[in-house]
Amino acid sequence: MRQDPLIPMLAVVTDIRQDTPDVKTFRVVGLDGKKPLVHIPGQCAMLSVPGVGEALFSITSSPTNEEYLEFSIKKCGCVTDWLHAMEPGQQVTLRGPYGNGFPVDTDFAGKDLVFVAGGIGLAPLRSVINYVRHYRDRYGSVDIVYGSRSKADLVDYQEILDEWRREDGISVHLTIDNPQPDWDGHVGFVPNYVKELGFDTGKTVVMCGPPIMIKFTLAGLMEQGFPRNNIYTTLELRMKCALGRCGRCNIGDRFVCKDGPVFRLDQLDQLPDEY
Amino acid sequence: MKKYPVSQLDSLFAAIAAKQRLYIPAGEAKTAAFQPWEEGMRLTAALNTVRSAKDLFFPQVENLVNFKVTGKQIEVIENRDPAEPFVVFGVRACDCRSFEILDKVFLCDPVDTYYETRRACGTVVTLACTEPEETCFCTAFGIDPTDPAGDVSCWISGEDLYLRANTEKGEALLGGLEMLEEGGEPVTDKTVFDRLPLQNLPLDKFGGEHMMELFRRAEWAGLAESCLGCGACTFVCPTCQCYDIKEFNTGDEIKRFRCWDSCMYSDFTLMSAGQPRPTQLERFRQRFMHKLVYYPSTHDGEFGCVGCGRCLQKCPISMNIVKVAKTLGEEKP
Repeated sequence: MRQDPLIPMLAVVTDIRQDTPDVKTFRVVGLDGKKPLVHIPGQCAMLSVPGVGEALFSITSSPTNEEYLEFSIKKCGCVTDWLHAMEPGQQVTLRGPYGNGFPVDTDFAGKDLVFVAGGIGLAPLRSVINYVRHYRDRYGSVDIVYGSRSKADLVDYQEILDEWRREDGISVHLTIDNPQPDWDGHVGFVPNYVKELGFDTGKTVVMCGPPIMIKFTLAGLMEQGFPRNNIYTTLELRMKCALGRCGRCNIGDRFVCKDGPVFRLDQLDQLPDEY
Repeated sequence: MKKYPVSQLDSLFAAIAAKQRLYIPAGEAKTAAFQPWEEGMRLTAALNTVRSAKDLFFPQVENLVNFKVTGKQIEVIENRDPAEPFVVFGVRACDCRSFEILDKVFLCDPVDTYYETRRACGTVVTLACTEPEETCFCTAFGIDPTDPAGDVSCWISGEDLYLRANTEKGEALLGGLEMLEEGGEPVTDKTVFDRLPLQNLPLDKFGGEHMMELFRRAEWAGLAESCLGCGACTFVCPTCQCYDIKEFNTGDEIKRFRCWDSCMYSDFTLMSAGQPRPTQLERFRQRFMHKLVYYPSTHDGEFGCVGCGRCLQKCPISMNIVKVAKTLGEEKP
């Protein structure tokens, strides 16, 4: 009897980092201590705690990390509440990877990239950003626009400060919604900031964030003349199987779990706006 | 072609059941169901069972796997429901086609091994229809109810049951039934099917190429207006395959199981981040778009409906796929 795709493997959480008041990053390895699966940036995996539930999360770490997987997870439901309450050493179940991932070795190759993220939306992009940093000479310029409600809500803030900001050829543009005393950076919403930064319309845009941010950022990009077939985003809908069978995550005739989660804007234009 | 007297069906069923489990459609019209055959059980007089034959391959509830959680440790414990060879007798042409539709969902890569195992275990014996119900419209989907597929096809003609093996599995089944005689050809009368009221569904306008236009049609609001979201249509449907994965704590182990779910339910797509199908209109539209547009779009134009008519009989507000197809598919005057 071959293994069923719904039967997960076991993994163990070796490290938990509190990123923001409601986001923690979980480091996961297989029971043998090695990285449990190989993925493409933007792909997801099903994590579960038996008795609590199973949910799909984007893999935050880059495939170039050969030691472990990382998941940045916001506390917002049954499974995530439980994950936030647990301690290192806890075993979890894991299956995947699922989805198409970003076209890092094809469409993105040689391109100038602009990453636009809001809040926990940085999680799936972090995998791409670190992949691009690892193979820096394969890509053109890199801009990262990242915004959050407050300084404390910036996910991966330490990594951004210590690594991304210090790297040549990478421009990091941070913003928070409202002024606060210990912040001397930009203040304002992401869509406006993207507009202010006035990127060249030939650049490839990779976006992830709350729907309201996507909506207004897109409106700005359209105004500036960015072509829709050069804007990428990653979507999330409820899923149970991640195999295109449980029937929840379809947008028209496409399934987010296997045809997505990464879509180009011109591809989404061909689908009902049910997401 | 083999044949056997209809009056002695009991002996035929007994001979099959002596070797493997046999399911036949039995019971009164309102409750007919595929049931494990036992001495004295008769074929139902009803044309179709209340629930479809998909239950035998995709049961309403099935075990996936168990877990034992001890402190921070998890143990994965195999817990498949046992699968043994079985024969299902009396499957109608529509239900038989539904297996092909489900096969394309469950047997594509990566294969669903629970479904695959049941399919491999089951021998499907179909039975040709002679007296359709008014709600039947399988012919709209190119199904010939007088010539059903399956591992073995059967016809009742005059005093005899005629049996024809179509596959190796079917040959093996018939080969093991020594009481069968060599037979001629059954007499089939197709004329009654030409008079079915719902056979001429306007399906030309459906399929993937019309996705956006159909999705945006204003008529959905009226069609969905009275839908109660009860999900009865999805539960009696032979091609509905949406499922949920749930867990049950037995006190000793965590039992993870799969059960049918319905796209008609409000929490089907509910997320902490929002609800992509917020009202019954979106849920209703999803179900029919899936059968008539999304499934055909990804499966070479084949529709995800077999015209069995069960949803027509069961919907408490008498809304159904026929009304949807007619409303959206017919030319405006």
